[in-house]
Amino acid sequence: MAGLATLSALVVLAPLFFVLLFLMRTGLGAINLEFFTALPGPAGEPGGGMANAIVGTMILGALAGALGIPIGVLGGVFLAEFPNTRLSHATRFTADVMAGIPSIVMGLFAYILVVLPLRHFSTLAGGIALGVMLLPTVVRTTEEIVRLVPQSVREASLALGIPQWRTQLSVIIPTAAAGIVTGIMVGLARIAGETAPLLFTAFGNRFWNWDLLKPIAALPLQIFAYAISPFEDWHRQAWAGALVLVALVLVVNVAARYAAGRQVRLR
Amino acid sequence: MATVIAARTFRPAARSGDRLFRLLLAAMAAAVPLILGALLVALLVEGWPAITRFGLTFFGSSTWDPVARQFGVLPFIYGTLVSSALALSIAVPLGLGVAIFLAELAPRWLRSPVGFLVELLAAIPSVVFGLWGIFVLVPWVRSGLTPVLKGALGFLPLFQGPPLGIGMLTAGLILAIMVVPIIVAVSTEVMRAVPTAQREAALALGATRWETTRRAVLPYARSGIAGAIFLALARALGETMAVTMVIGNVPQIKASLLAPGYTISAVIANEFTEATYDLYVAALIYAGIVLFIVTVLVNVVARLLVARVGRGIEAGRE
Repeated sequence: MAGLATLSALVVLAPLFFVLLFLMRTGLGAINLEFFTALPGPAGEPGGGMANAIVGTMILGALAGALGIPIGVLGGVFLAEFPNTRLSHATRFTADVMAGIPSIVMGLFAYILVVLPLRHFSTLAGGIALGVMLLPTVVRTTEEIVRLVPQSVREASLALGIPQWRTQLSVIIPTAAAGIVTGIMVGLARIAGETAPLLFTAFGNRFWNWDLLKPIAALPLQIFAYAISPFEDWHRQAWAGALVLVALVLVVNVAARYAAGRQVRLR
Repeated sequence: MATVIAARTFRPAARSGDRLFRLLLAAMAAAVPLILGALLVALLVEGWPAITRFGLTFFGSSTWDPVARQFGVLPFIYGTLVSSALALSIAVPLGLGVAIFLAELAPRWLRSPVGFLVELLAAIPSVVFGLWGIFVLVPWVRSGLTPVLKGALGFLPLFQGPPLGIGMLTAGLILAIMVVPIIVAVSTEVMRAVPTAQREAALALGATRWETTRRAVLPYARSGIAGAIFLALARALGETMAVTMVIGNVPQIKASLLAPGYTISAVIANEFTEATYDLYVAALIYAGIVLFIVTVLVNVVARLLVARVGRGIEAGRE
């Protein structure tokens, strides 16, 4: 039986190995300077890059962060500092529910909320879809880490005559800061690869866009579009895009681990 | 109370500061249930035309014909359920195997790297799995797996039809890869939470290591493992991109796993931007509402199950 358990570990890790192998093999060959600096080429013609999609993914991530981080962190602090109010129970439950909502449904929500009233696809809609997806992760990880801040730290601050709100803002949040940042980064890494909620919100764009009210390209969208296209060169670029996306996600994840290491020991 | 009164007397500014800051925090915390409420209302309002028009026949009809303005989601529900069931039937035994390996068998130095690699698998975006699915898994299923399955089990209705590569089987395989990390992570955690005394007792009775795992650890962790499976199910039901890219996107109900299918999430992803009139959009949103309700219910059940293990262990400690 021990053999079977070990074998299953190997079987489960095999796809990871194969996915990374093909990413490297096909993706690396298609990555060049043009890939990072050029706009997508005309359909069917070789050449062109994903510069706008890479920047687009970062803009969408920043927008999602602008929405999800302040609400998530402050909401999480509320859950940790006032754990047994009726609101805390409701927020905790709904955050868990929200974390389980399929990403495509989040896309529908942002579509109804932003795209329908404005009558066109927009960067803003994509950012809101991703921001709502980021929110539950940030709320729950913030709560978890702030709860670990020892009571003695609070008491020390209060004993100095510092009011409760200053204690929460200037003592408790900074003490938990690295842990909070870890949660944020893990959340950002997760939404960076999301495609489904962007299909009918950010929509994609073949050109540069700096207008929040216009459609924008995103790396996952571009990978999807190229993967299902009939062109050989676009397939290669899809692999290159996937390699860049996976690298981006992994870098953020590793950075999150680093931040976690910087957290003041709370236990 | 004395401190509160004192504070109020000496630091009125601080008290109102406390109240204001608490109000700010509460407003942010309240945003979460409010957003969820807004999401529900938004979906219901925009899906309403389809809900009133089709009602429950939406689930019983297999006609999805935008030209004739007829919408029934039976084939999509079928595709969603079958691909998820297939995924779980592969991922559950494998995931449990890995969890047993990580929690009970693996030497300490091996646990953290293997755990990290499984986490890595979970971090790979759906669209990347889809890409890999199209160019690696589909050809392999077509020319490698299908002939073997047909050779061994070709008499079953499950394995009839031409080897297309795309279809239910491939979707199930790719979903299995995507949900296995959830099963591994949650079951490893609940198995590690089983008190050591439980294991020691079994070992003291002369049980082997495997007997200990099977008779002392697994029963104790049972509801948590069930929770892990439900979490994986919820993920599989809602997964969109990878499935859309390999399932073939044909709304049909075929007994064969080799035949193409379609899922709820995939039809929303593919047709939403092409929906040209309001009822079409509403029908897709109605399908989204169905998906939303089902995944939320499955998630809630999962969390209750996992929480039960936690409580059982707390109770055991006291």
